[in-house]
Amino acid sequence: MSVRRVMGTEVEYGISVQGQPTANPMVASSQVVNAYASATVRARRARWDFEEESPLRDARGFDMSRQIADPTQLTDEDLGLANVILTNGARLYVDHAHPEYSTPEVVTPLDVVRWDKAGEQVMLDAARRAQQLPGNPAIVLYKNNTDNKGASYGAHENYLMRRSTPFGDIVRHLTPFFVSRQVFCGAGRVGKGQDGRDHGFQISQRADFFEVEVGLETTLKRPIINTRDEPHADPERYRRLHVIIGDANLSEIATYLKVGTTSLVLAMIEDRFITRDLTVDTPVASLRAVSHDPSLRTTLTLADGRKLTGVQLQLEFLDLAKKYVEDRYGADADPQTVDVLTRWEDVLGHLEADPMSLADQLDWVAKLKLIEQYRSRDGLAWDDAKLQLIDYQYSDIRPEKGLYHRLVGAGRIQRLLTDDEVELAMTNPPEQTRAYFRGRCLEKYAPDIAAASWDSVIFDLPGRESLQRVPTIDPLRGSKAHVGELIDRCSTAEELVRALSR
Amino acid sequence: MAQDQKQPRKSDETEETTEVAPESAVAERKEALDDDVDAILDEIDDVLETNAEDFVKSFIQKGGE
Repeated sequence: MSVRRVMGTEVEYGISVQGQPTANPMVASSQVVNAYASATVRARRARWDFEEESPLRDARGFDMSRQIADPTQLTDEDLGLANVILTNGARLYVDHAHPEYSTPEVVTPLDVVRWDKAGEQVMLDAARRAQQLPGNPAIVLYKNNTDNKGASYGAHENYLMRRSTPFGDIVRHLTPFFVSRQVFCGAGRVGKGQDGRDHGFQISQRADFFEVEVGLETTLKRPIINTRDEPHADPERYRRLHVIIGDANLSEIATYLKVGTTSLVLAMIEDRFITRDLTVDTPVASLRAVSHDPSLRTTLTLADGRKLTGVQLQLEFLDLAKKYVEDRYGADADPQTVDVLTRWEDVLGHLEADPMSLADQLDWVAKLKLIEQYRSRDGLAWDDAKLQLIDYQYSDIRPEKGLYHRLVGAGRIQRLLTDDEVELAMTNPPEQTRAYFRGRCLEKYAPDIAAASWDSVIFDLPGRESLQRVPTIDPLRGSKAHVGELIDRCSTAEELVRALSR
Repeated sequence: MAQDQKQPRKSDETEETTEVAPESAVAERKEALDDDVDAILDEIDDVLETNAEDFVKSFIQKGGE
């Protein structure tokens, strides 16, 4: 494989109600999701179908008992919280105390960026609509991962992998990659320590919240490698690698590189191409050490005794990936795989020579540059509230207030997509996966859909006593090529279900 | 400019011009950069929440995931 595989992201947004610091975040999150649902989801609102969810299934081959699980891990219980499926195939819902958007399944890194950015626009639209509700709550959403007071919320990635790949191989090779990839996909943070007790800037929002190397938890004792094993696909053939260690990126290039390089490294692991041992000593401490040094000079000790910086460790993976793509595809490599390799090499080169030269590409550098400019103009110390404010407000998703957006508006941050392309992805599904079937069904047959999820669409047809469940267990079926014409042809859900069960 | 001065004592003059030209260019570039920084900070000043201290204090989130 290449950078192409079935994948997606899920982002929890920070939430606050202006002028009401004590507002209940679960209520505010529900208002956001419900406001969007009422305004955009036509007729009947399809429920989320929890049948295939198994959040306590561990990739190492056992199930955690429900009795010993932390209540926050029981994500398959329908708590009556707002939860909708959109016509672009995405899921918009309330997770604990945050509104969350999961992209539909896509197969390229650029499509991850497209539907991830579409999620930001859905959230923006949702918050604006919530303001029309009684009481006019002015809800502001932040695409970040910590309040710098001890709380962290996630920005997860999902990658479909071959079941036959030993989990130990994933842990061995992916851990050093995850320890170091933050040098280009960190979102930058003012404050050190989970509660921000130490002043200063660090590369990643999330590094300080990771405490163990491998584990099932996501809300406490967070692991670098998460073992949740809910494939939402044939479990004999696939596992879904649930990656919880990333930061939520605003920069399109950062998201693109994050998922593109990770997908490539996974391909090398699946093909057993990595023969070098890049294991780092003390991965959890190393993760923080890399994050805490924006000069990028801190070295990590490898199991073989070598001492490499985070960037040098990434260069080892880049070198392997270039050889892998050359070996497997040569001149036939697909354009996005080539582009990811080129950009990865370019960014690592700049990080070696002059990190600040990437202020127009990477979140952490853009944020740090802005902060340094303020420090030098106004003589601000690291504990000045203004620097913390800049950190938060960088991720404010409102174009008129968010500092990322102001920098883009001033032509200071490069993009990969246009506003129009992102807007289309708010309502249209990707065409290469089952998200196409899900999205088109919701767009065309909403009144007859009782529920849907990643692996099914459930119809409630007039005149039929039982619900009709159409399983979508293979993520690559239900694409436009498979069902586009069929959906075009069937004017009613009844016709569609009849055609499918023939 | 450099052409007029080139004729008589070649070595001296070229040295002088190579020294002068970059310096003024650097100064110009620095000025342009300063203006650039001022422009973006002015713009950010306009949108930053007004009471940083209060804002930071009230930005409290619950854990997630």
